[in-house]
Amino acid sequence: MDKNEIKAIIAKRVAKELKDGDVVNLGIGIPTMVPSYLPEGVSLTLHAELGCVGAGPRPEEGKEDYYVVDAGGAPSSCMPGGSFVNSATSFCIIRGGHVDATVLGCLECDQEGNLANWIIPGKRMPGMGGAMDLVVGARKVIVAMEHTAKGNPKILEKCTLPLTAAKCVNLIITEMGVMEVRPEGITVTELHPEVTREQIQEATGCKLLFADEVKTMEV
Amino acid sequence: MPKTVTVQEAAAQVKDGMTVMIGGFLGCGNPHGIIAELVKNKVKDLTIIANDSPKTGYGLAQLIDNKQVKRFIATHVGMNQNVADQMNAGELVVDLVPQGSLAEMVRAGGGGLGGIITPTGLATPVEESPFAQGKITIDGKEYLIMKAVHADVALIAPHTVDKAGNCWFKGTTRNFSDLMATAADIVIAEADHIVDIGGIEPENVMVQGIFVDYVAQGEGH
Repeated sequence: MDKNEIKAIIAKRVAKELKDGDVVNLGIGIPTMVPSYLPEGVSLTLHAELGCVGAGPRPEEGKEDYYVVDAGGAPSSCMPGGSFVNSATSFCIIRGGHVDATVLGCLECDQEGNLANWIIPGKRMPGMGGAMDLVVGARKVIVAMEHTAKGNPKILEKCTLPLTAAKCVNLIITEMGVMEVRPEGITVTELHPEVTREQIQEATGCKLLFADEVKTMEV
Repeated sequence: MPKTVTVQEAAAQVKDGMTVMIGGFLGCGNPHGIIAELVKNKVKDLTIIANDSPKTGYGLAQLIDNKQVKRFIATHVGMNQNVADQMNAGELVVDLVPQGSLAEMVRAGGGGLGGIITPTGLATPVEESPFAQGKITIDGKEYLIMKAVHADVALIAPHTVDKAGNCWFKGTTRNFSDLMATAADIVIAEADHIVDIGGIEPENVMVQGIFVDYVAQGEGH
């Protein structure tokens, strides 16, 4: 599978997790592709942590608003019915459980649902921004990522990098399948039609469990 | 009533060694006119409290690029390689704080509280932050205690300010700015538009004029 195909499979599957009316915060990368795959009749309120409830798409070239950017600093917009808030209210929304789901990538996650996605000591330390608050406060934390990094597992027995938060991940969606983080361990509930149980286990750094009924992932 | 000054006069309020809060998110909402003057007047050894460093050369990033900052308290510094380079060279101390925690730490500093109690940062390197003051368990749930922050000067960039100092922010420029306006000894608003009293409806005031000491005319957009 080429990279674009992989990203599309993941974004499309994430889109099915979201319900009409959900308040959702999307991280950078694959998560930003999710809105393009929402089923008909599903409309989300996008929360942008810098202070927009009901964030809209990037304006057309020449129609940018100097005063409105997204979490990456790029020109953005606010949907009709949306509003702007300050950082305190924005994070009240996050920590207070008013965000239904956050979708984000990760460097590592593990079988306890621990997540590491903000720092590689000695190499990269961009900072956590709003990520720590988001994974602590959102009702559902969905990790959307390629299953491995250059062939190395990212889903591990125990994270080796400094954590973003402990025991926060609920669902992991990769191009190989869909996995729920359950008390007994990471449980595969859906598999890509061309991926076997052995292959997904091989690409994972911890022992996987399989649901009683493993569904075929729609790709 | 706040004093109306030029951006040069506003920048002159910032002295060597001061702690300065600067509103904005990746440069959107930075007071660009005052920052340009700070770069020119070469004030140094600043402690900056802000959400982030924008990309090199833009907004408050210029103060770091120009090595005028000795300590940077922020949530995200990945857009400006100079932050990591100066940190590795021992020229800059960086304290990374979660964004939601920083917002509340500023609010606490402005509102007479000693700190905040948050679940964010538990089991992470934030526990070792100089702002972390240990943990507390409330109703069986664990939290981290984070110290409030306060500054000598806060620099904010409302779209409109009236002559009483009341501020109105547009779009996403508000972010930390209205919180910072409560948490500094001297508050300077660089506005795109300065209007007469009554030019902002009382219901729409986002920073009350009582917090604001100086008003400066910005570049205008």
